[in-house]
Amino acid sequence: MPRTPVEPRFGLEYLSILDADGTLDAALEPDLPPDTLLKLYRAMLLGRRLDERMVRLQRQGRIGTFPPIKGQEAAQIGSVAVLRPTDWMVPSFRETAAMLWRGWPIEQLLLLFAGRLEGGRPGPHQQDLPITIPVATQLPHAVGLAYAAQYREEDVVVMAYFGDGATSEGDFHEALNFAGVWHVPVVFMCQNNQWAISVPLKKQTHSRTLAQKALAYGFPGLQVDGNDVLAVYAASREAVERARAGDGPTLIECVTYRLGVHTTADDPSRYRSEGEVKEWERKDPLTRFRVHLQRKHLLEDGLEQQVDAEIARAVERFEAAPPADPLTMFDHVYGERPPHLEAQRAELARRLEEAEGRAAAAPPGEAEPSPPPMRGQRNTSRWAG
Amino acid sequence: MGRLNMVQALNLALLQEMERDGDVLILGEDVGVDGGVFRVTEGLHTKFGGKRVIDSPLAESAIVGTAVGMALYGLKPVCEIQFSGFAFQGFHQIENHVARYRMRSQGRFHCQLVVRMPYGGGVRALEHHSESEEQFYAHIPGLKMVIPSGPRSARALLVSAIRDPDPVIFFEPKALYHAAKEDVPDEIETLPIGPARVAREGRDVTLVAYGAMLAVAGEVARVLHDEDGVEAEVVDLLTLAPLDRETLAASVRKTGRAVVVHEAPRSFGAGAEIATSIMEGAFLSLQAPIRRVTAYDVPFVGSARERANLPDAARVLDAARETLAF
Repeated sequence: MPRTPVEPRFGLEYLSILDADGTLDAALEPDLPPDTLLKLYRAMLLGRRLDERMVRLQRQGRIGTFPPIKGQEAAQIGSVAVLRPTDWMVPSFRETAAMLWRGWPIEQLLLLFAGRLEGGRPGPHQQDLPITIPVATQLPHAVGLAYAAQYREEDVVVMAYFGDGATSEGDFHEALNFAGVWHVPVVFMCQNNQWAISVPLKKQTHSRTLAQKALAYGFPGLQVDGNDVLAVYAASREAVERARAGDGPTLIECVTYRLGVHTTADDPSRYRSEGEVKEWERKDPLTRFRVHLQRKHLLEDGLEQQVDAEIARAVERFEAAPPADPLTMFDHVYGERPPHLEAQRAELARRLEEAEGRAAAAPPGEAEPSPPPMRGQRNTSRWAG
Repeated sequence: MGRLNMVQALNLALLQEMERDGDVLILGEDVGVDGGVFRVTEGLHTKFGGKRVIDSPLAESAIVGTAVGMALYGLKPVCEIQFSGFAFQGFHQIENHVARYRMRSQGRFHCQLVVRMPYGGGVRALEHHSESEEQFYAHIPGLKMVIPSGPRSARALLVSAIRDPDPVIFFEPKALYHAAKEDVPDEIETLPIGPARVAREGRDVTLVAYGAMLAVAGEVARVLHDEDGVEAEVVDLLTLAPLDRETLAASVRKTGRAVVVHEAPRSFGAGAEIATSIMEGAFLSLQAPIRRVTAYDVPFVGSARERANLPDAARVLDAARETLAF
């Protein structure tokens, strides 16, 4: 009886096209027209500038806790850009740039992170799921969407986002296993940003790569330089084309880095070194793409000002949004409101009316009580004294 | 269709709904070629094929989780969890996502899906094959929680559950799968989700039960009639969430007394909600404290002791007589 090696069906590759210095491997460069390149850059820039603005808004108490994307713009824009509007995008909770690309208005994302569920509602024809907070639990949804698309024989691909931490969760493995067995058109887009809050990748998995996990489920995995928008784009396009052609799922591991905090309630100086951050800042996805576009003479002047103005207008619209009506909390629990919720709604309505009556009778100038600052939030709320 | 047991009645519901609506599909472990370990899906794989009756890999979280994706796309999946004791491996999908999609997406999406599972004891089975966990689901806003008590109600409620735009957790009392046959009409029959059913009219005491405990309550009502000359009213809840508080209160306004029977452990169980709801709706009519007859607050006791743990007619009868004598 021989003892022979069993070859996995697929090998594993690492793809890099545009390095940290902006040097291009022309042989691998995806064929993209100038206006597409510029659009990708603008989207990355918008993601970055909005992120920076959102951190300030959070510190001012104008929005709540949110997970910044700084450093992951190439992984998000390079991948989401290959989808058609009819394809589905399944985000985790850190896909601000990808969501902007898919048409989510900035002010809506601000509402979402200001604690208002209406901000999480995708537009009527938007094939995007709302963000999912529990890690990896959205991945089976993506597989179910892809199964349904295949069942209906519709030309639709699903792209699902998650991070390195998610690959330790049972739902990640269950989703990949189902996707492999069902051979459905789904792309698993892992943004390996090296840290799951304070737990580094080497404590997350003993695997050499995350991409290789696909091999166990019988479909290809690919590792790409996740700070290289051209590599992410090329790999994603290939995976989406495979899915569209009926060749099943792909796992893409974007090797990237979360330059900022996990969420605005996190302090990464407790667990990682400045030196490591500096090293990754050198690989910043925006810098290298800007160098590349400058070399091609494609960069427009005033792009940052345009993007900032767009954000400023959206912040104004967000701040002008009418106050949250508490009574709407009963609106979307069930298709039809059952009697016990009708009674609870009436109870709250009565209390709100009474409170309004009391406020009207209160002496003028009585201040609204200031909310306690959240962890990591300076006490500069507009209500604070 | 004639006289069917609960397994045959559930099978008929699935068959007819799948014939009627191409968006209905089934997924779970062993539901295909094998027809499910209790044979509820028997014959459907042959009739509708493996794309609609999916023998899935063995993973409860992904069974529910992929069904979420299918439902968001517009299909109407019916998941089978082989035993309710295994559902906890998918519970986070039910709690985090199935129950919340309508709210989270502010009405843009909803999860029209059914999660079916056999529950309950009395069949001398293993740990995780005998427990009653309905309270976990009934507690979660956004879910509907249904427990039929016989073949006909099981069939009609399953049809309603599949058509309901909200997610429905559908508990099948496995002790009743083959316990009795009932006339089930050929034509599709539905039963609204929500309303309880007065299974027996009475004026002296209300016995509240659901699932396999309905038969126990019915037996006690007969004994009370024959031996005590007491007319017990039996309320079959059918739906635990949303709870039919009005029917409960109306019954107790008439009888003045109530005994709640369930086979789940007592503390923080359905009985507490039912009793409170009766107090809120009929306090001034109460002639005696509401009694609960339930399993004891212990983990699974093993098949050798389950008879001692499950409520039986003797325990319910004692509670009813004490209530009547109060």
